[in-house]
Amino acid sequence: MTSDLDIFVGNTTLIDEEVYQLWLDGYTVSEAVSRRLRGGLLERSGTSVSVLQSDTRDHFRTFQMLERLLHSPPRLCQQLLFQIPPPRQAALIQGYYAFEPALARELLGKKLSKGTKKELDEVSARTGLSLRACRRQFDNFKRVFKAVEELKGPLAELIQQHFLLPPPLARDYAAIVFFANSRFETGKRRLQFLSFGDLAACAQHMMGHWTQGAMTPEAAEPDGDVPRSFLQDLKELKVLVSDKDLLDQHKSLVCSALRGKISVYNEMETNFKVLDPCRSDHWSLGDLRLFLGSYTTAPRALGGFRHQLLWERYMAGISACLLRMYHE
Amino acid sequence: MPGKLKVKIVAGRHLPVMDRASDLTDAFVEVKFGNTTFKTDVYPKSLNPQWNSEWFKFEVDDEELQDEPLQITVLDHDTYSANDAIGKVYIDIDPLLYSEAATVISGWFPIYDTIHGIRGEINVVVKVDLFNDLNRFRQSSCGVKFFCTTSIPKCYRAVIIHGFVEELVVNEDPEYQWIDRIRTPRASNEARQRLISLMSGELQRKIGLKVLEMRGNAVVGYLQCFDLEGESGLVVRAIGTVCTLDKLSNTSAFLPACNSPSKEMKEIPFNEDPNPNTHSSGPSTPLKNQTYSFSPSKSYSRQSSSSDTDLSLTPKTGMGSGSAGKEGGPFKTLLRQQTQSALEQREFPFFTLTTFPPGFLVHVGGVVSARSVKLLDRIHNPDEPETRDAWWAEIRQEIKSHAKALGCHAVVGYSESTSICEEVCILSASGTAAVLNPRFLQDGTVEGCLEQRLSWQPGFFSIGSEKGEVDFFPQSQDSSSLLGIEEASPPGCGFCHIPYDELNMPFPAHLTYCYNCRKQKVPDVLFTTIDLPVEAIVIGKGCLIQARLCRLKKKAQAEANATSISNLLPFMEYEVHTQLMNKLKLRGMNALFGLRIQITVGENMLMGLASATGVYLAALPTPGGIQIAGKTPNDGTYEQHISHMQKKINDTIAKNKELYEINPPELPEEIIGSPIPEPRQRSRLLRSQSESSDEVTELDLSHGKKDAFVLEIDDTDAMEDVHSLLTDAPPPSGFYSCNTEIMPGISNWTPEIQMFTAVRVSRLGNINLTNQTLNKNFNDLCENLLKSLYFKLRSMVPCCLCHVNFTVALPEDELVQIAVTAVAITFDKNQTLQANKAPTEKSQQRASTDNEEQLQFPLELCPDPLASQPSLPAKEVLEGATSQTGIPAAQRATSIDYSSFADRCNSWIELIKLKAQTIRRGSIKTTASLDKTSPLAEGYLRHRSVPSCTNSTVSVVKMTPLSFLPGAKITKYLGIINMFFIRETTSLREEGGVSGFLHAFIAEVFAMVRAHVAALGGNAVVSYIMKQCVFMENPNKNQAQCLINVSGDAVIFVRESELEMLPVQPSTVVSQPTSSGGDVTT
Repeated sequence: MTSDLDIFVGNTTLIDEEVYQLWLDGYTVSEAVSRRLRGGLLERSGTSVSVLQSDTRDHFRTFQMLERLLHSPPRLCQQLLFQIPPPRQAALIQGYYAFEPALARELLGKKLSKGTKKELDEVSARTGLSLRACRRQFDNFKRVFKAVEELKGPLAELIQQHFLLPPPLARDYAAIVFFANSRFETGKRRLQFLSFGDLAACAQHMMGHWTQGAMTPEAAEPDGDVPRSFLQDLKELKVLVSDKDLLDQHKSLVCSALRGKISVYNEMETNFKVLDPCRSDHWSLGDLRLFLGSYTTAPRALGGFRHQLLWERYMAGISACLLRMYHE
Repeated sequence: MPGKLKVKIVAGRHLPVMDRASDLTDAFVEVKFGNTTFKTDVYPKSLNPQWNSEWFKFEVDDEELQDEPLQITVLDHDTYSANDAIGKVYIDIDPLLYSEAATVISGWFPIYDTIHGIRGEINVVVKVDLFNDLNRFRQSSCGVKFFCTTSIPKCYRAVIIHGFVEELVVNEDPEYQWIDRIRTPRASNEARQRLISLMSGELQRKIGLKVLEMRGNAVVGYLQCFDLEGESGLVVRAIGTVCTLDKLSNTSAFLPACNSPSKEMKEIPFNEDPNPNTHSSGPSTPLKNQTYSFSPSKSYSRQSSSSDTDLSLTPKTGMGSGSAGKEGGPFKTLLRQQTQSALEQREFPFFTLTTFPPGFLVHVGGVVSARSVKLLDRIHNPDEPETRDAWWAEIRQEIKSHAKALGCHAVVGYSESTSICEEVCILSASGTAAVLNPRFLQDGTVEGCLEQRLSWQPGFFSIGSEKGEVDFFPQSQDSSSLLGIEEASPPGCGFCHIPYDELNMPFPAHLTYCYNCRKQKVPDVLFTTIDLPVEAIVIGKGCLIQARLCRLKKKAQAEANATSISNLLPFMEYEVHTQLMNKLKLRGMNALFGLRIQITVGENMLMGLASATGVYLAALPTPGGIQIAGKTPNDGTYEQHISHMQKKINDTIAKNKELYEINPPELPEEIIGSPIPEPRQRSRLLRSQSESSDEVTELDLSHGKKDAFVLEIDDTDAMEDVHSLLTDAPPPSGFYSCNTEIMPGISNWTPEIQMFTAVRVSRLGNINLTNQTLNKNFNDLCENLLKSLYFKLRSMVPCCLCHVNFTVALPEDELVQIAVTAVAITFDKNQTLQANKAPTEKSQQRASTDNEEQLQFPLELCPDPLASQPSLPAKEVLEGATSQTGIPAAQRATSIDYSSFADRCNSWIELIKLKAQTIRRGSIKTTASLDKTSPLAEGYLRHRSVPSCTNSTVSVVKMTPLSFLPGAKITKYLGIINMFFIRETTSLREEGGVSGFLHAFIAEVFAMVRAHVAALGGNAVVSYIMKQCVFMENPNKNQAQCLINVSGDAVIFVRESELEMLPVQPSTVVSQPTSSGGDVTT
C-alpha cells in the first residue's frame, strides 16, 4: 500500500527549523531524511522512517511553495496563503538570505552574470557547499543587486527595506553589491589573505566615506557606485605624489610629527608609500593608526595644496580599509 | 425594493503578469450582483493597481440578497483581443443581513482562479442598507441567524429550543450538462461554484423561512452538505436546530469565559429535578436496540432499502402513547404527557446539538442509526425534489421509532450523511436517543412547539447504550422497589440511568445499580453521538477509539449492486460495533462519546470507519477484561499460543489503565449493597454472523473470568482481529487525542492551538485482495496517519488532539482517501496544582450539597411537581444576579454539585479526579478595542531585532473545529462561513504532482476562509469543518481536480488575559479588531 498523496496543512504553517536548514543546504528529501536519522530523531521521538520521510517531504514542499515568496520578502509578509507569525517570517527570511562567507569571498568583485553562475560548480567544489546552496546564494546576490541597482540612497538601508534583512546581513549584502558594482579585483593573489569580512568592512568604509549617500542622503546617484565626480576629483590629489616637492614636504611633516611616537620609526621612512610591507616589518596596529592619522592631517600644513577636504575624505576611507586589512 | 448593496473596489496587489511583453498588467474589475454588472476603469500597467472606485450600488430584493453571492472578477484589459480573466472573488453578503453580525465587509481578498489558484489580492468594501419590510408574505428570511456550532453560542441565551429543521434543493450539475462539452474547464468550474453558492443561499433562505414560521430567530448546529450525484444532479441539503436566542446583554461580560465548557451546575442542580424518573414509567417495547437495522431481502425495483423491518413488525406502545407508568403518579404522568405531546407535535423531535445545559438531558437510551441504500435517478423537476425528501423522511421516521423503542422521546446529537458511488447512494442518519427533562419543557403556548428554558451555557451529554452482543440475564430482583425509589438523580450520573423499562428491555443488556448513586440502574456500557456532558463524573482521561473495516464486494450494476451493498451493511455495522467494544474494553473504559460511524461505498468494496472518544464513567461498572477462548483446547501449542495472547491482552489493559489514569475505587460488593446480578453474565463475541447465521455457539465459561468479555478464537479471522486489537499503538507520551470537543481529564488548556488538515490517498495492492489484507492495509493507513500527526506536532507536547475527524472516500477502484481535520491544543502539565485546590472546593460542595439534600426531601414529598416549577425562574433570577454581581468564575466553578454522591462516597471521593475546573478569573467586563495599538503588540514589534514585516497588515485568524478558543472569550458572532471551491489543473506534474496540487489548494482554501473572516472584522473561525474534499486525478493526462466545501462560524474573540488588563467600562461596544494585526502572537 503506497501513499500517492500525503499532505499536512496547518492553519499556522508548520516550520521545522532543522528541516529548513537541510533544505537551505541543498539536500534532497532522501539525503535530508538520512541526515535526520543520523541525528537520532527516530530514537527520540519513537517514530518510523516512513513517518520521517512523509514529514520531510511535506516540509520540503512547503519550502518550495514559500521560496517564490521569499524572493520578495515584503510579499511574504503581505501574502495571505501562509499564516506565519512575524518572528517566524523573519527567521525564514534571514535563513534564506544567509550565505556562506567563503562563497561570497569567491564571488566578490565578479560580475553576477550567467557566466559566473556556470562556474558555481567549481566554487561548490572549493567551498564544500552543495551546488544547490551555491546557486541559491548566488541568485540571492543577483536578486539583491538587481533590486537596488537603480535605487538611490544608502545601500544597506535600501536592502534592509526591500528584503527585510537584519541590519548586519543587509550591510554584508551592501558590500557585495558595492564590489559587484565597482569590480575591485579582489581575486588577486596579494589580496587572498583577506576574508569576506575584511572586504565587506572595507566596502562599508568606502561607501561610508566616499559615496554620494555619505555626503548628501538624497543623492542623485546610486549608492553602490563610488561617484564619478569623486573619482575625477581624486585625480587632483595626484599632485601629492607626482609633485616631488609636495611629496617631500608631506613626508617630512609626517615624519616630524611622528618622531618618537612610533617604535618602528626607522622603517617608516622607507615604507612611506607602500603600506603592505608594514606587515613584514611588524608594525603594530596602533602604529599604523598613528601613521595614517598623521599622514592624513599633514597636508594641512602644506602650502599650495588646495584639496584638503577631498584628501581627508579619501584618506578616511583608505585608512579605515588599511586598518581593517592590516592583520596577520 | 428593500435593500441597497454598495460595493467599492479599492486596490489590487501582487497581480500576475498578464502582458509578457511589458511584464505588467492592465487590470480592471467587474462587479456583478444578480443581473447587474459594474466595471471599474482600467488601471494601466501595474501589478498593484489603485482603482479607488466610486460606490457601485445595487438596488435589490432581500430575497436576492440572501440567494446571490457578490461576484467580483478581475480582468486584464486587452485592446485587440478578448479580455483575460485573472480571477474571481465570491463574497457571501449574508452576514450583513442581520443586525447583530457584521456591519461592513472590508479587506483584502485573494483573487482566485479555478485553474491557477490564488493570483494576487483585491481590496473591497461592501455595505448593505436594509429597509424595513413589514410584508408578512415575503419570501426572504433576513435576520435569521445561522450557527454551525452544535451548542448554544457563547454570547447568547436560548430562550426556546424549538426543534428540528431540514430542507433540500436540487439542480442539474453544470459539469454534466451538454454545454460542458464545449466550454473550457474554467467556465465549467465557475458555473458550478456559482450554482452551488446560489443554491446554498437559497437553501439558507428557505430554512430561514421555516425558522420564522416556527417563531424562532436562529438555527444552531446548522449542517449543510452537498451530494454530487453526477448525472442525476446536485443536491444541497441542510439540517439544524431552531432556537430563539437572546443576545446576552452587558451582564454577559460578567459570565465566566467559556473557553472550556465551564461548569454551571450550581444553577441547575439536579436534585431539584421534580421529575427525574420519566424512564421508569414508559412500558417500552421489547425491541432490540439495533442501532442499525436492515432487511437484506428488501431490495426491489430501483430502490433497495436497508431499513428495518423488525420495527414495523413489532407492536409498539412507545413512550409517546401517554400510557403512564404505574409508579409515576398522576402529575408525573401529566408532565410526561406534556413533554411528549410537545415533542410529538414536532414531526421529528431531533436536535442537532451535541452539548446542552446541565440537567437538560435526563436519560440517554443509546445510539440510534439508520441506513438506506438508494439508486440515484435523474431529478426531473428540480422544483419538486420529492424523491430525495421522501428518502430522508423515511430514514428519519426510522430513527424516531428506534428512539421510541429505547423508551426515549427525543434524539440528540443528530446528523445525516451520504456516500455516493456511481449511481448507488447510501443515506445514513444517526443520533442518540434521549429523555429530556420535562422541567425544561413547556407546552408550546401557540404552536405547541417544545419550549425549553435554558441557560446560556451548554453542557450536556448522554449515554449510548450498548446493543446486541452481550447477553444479559436480568435478575429477578424486586423491581418494583427499585422503581419506587423516587429520588432525584444526582448530577454526574443521572444521564446514565436507563430510560427503558428493565423488565421489558429493548435489547439484552447487563444492568447494575449505578456506581454513583446506587439507586438507579445503569447499563454496563454506553455509546452516544454527543459530547461528554460537563457534569459527567469521569475517572481518568479519555482517548480516541477507532474501528476500521473493509469488505470486498463484487462490481455490479444498479439493483444487483444495491442489493449486495444492503446485504453487506449489517455485517459491517456488527463488526464495527464489535471492534469498538473490544477496543473500549482493552482500554479499561466503559463509555463512548461522539460516536460517528461512516460507511463509504466504492466500486468494489465498502469501508467502515467509526471514531469515538472512550471514557470511564464513574457511574458505570468497571469493564471486565477480555478473555480469549480457543476452539481446540487439546492442542498444546495452540493452548500456549492462546495463553500468550491472553497475557498480552491483559498486559495491554493494565498498561492502558495506567496510561489513562483509570483508577476507579475498589468497592467491595457489600458496600454497594445492591443486587448486582449474579456472576452469570456471559458475553460472547461471535466471529461473523455470516458463518454461523443464527446459530449461536454457547461458550464454555468454565475458564472465563466471571465478568470477562470472551473472545472466541475459532478461525484465523479471529486471530487477525486479536492481533489488530493489539496493533493500535497508544499515542506517544505527552499526547492525548479525542474526537469530542473537550478531553475528559484535562482542564488547564493553554491558548496555543494548531488546526490542521491532513490528507492521504493510498493505492491498495491491485489483485489478490482479501478482506484480511484490506483490513490490515486500512488499519495501517489510519495508524500511520495518526503517528505522523503526533510526530508533526511533537513540539506542542503536552498537547491533545481534539475533535479528530476522519473522513474516508473511495475515489477510484483501488484508491483510499483519508482526510483528517483536528486541532492540537497545548495544556499545562501541572494539573496536580489544580487538583490540590480541590479540597476547598470540596468543602464548599459539601456545604451546598447538604443544603440541597435537606431540600430534597420536602421537594420529594411535594405532591405537585408543577409546584416546584417556580423554582426555575427563581433560579434564573439568581443566576442573573450572580452574573451582575460579577462573582468570579472560579467561585462559581467550584460549586459543582456532587450532591448525594459526594456524601455517600466520601470514602473515595478524593480519588476521583475532578475534571475541567478551570479556575478562571471571571470578572470580565467588556470587550476590548483590539486596536493595533495594543501595548502588547506594539512593544512586541518594537522589540524585534529584525525590521521585517512591521508593515504587515495581515491579521491573524485562528481556525478551530471546536466551538471555543482556549483562554479566550468569544464576544461576537459575525455570521456563518460556508464556502465551496473547485480547483483544477492540466499541469499536474509541474505543480508538484498530486501532493503539491492538493497541498496548495488546501492552503488556498484556508487563506480564503481567513480573508473572509478578517474582512468581516473577525479574528477566528470556530466550529470549522471540512465537509467535503472530493479529489480526482488523471495522471496520464497530467490532470487533477478537487472540490472542497468548508464551513464554520466567524467570531471575534478576546484573550482573557487582555480582558483582565482592561479597565472596567460597563458598556463598551465591541470595536472590531480590524485588519491591524492586534493579535500578533499566534
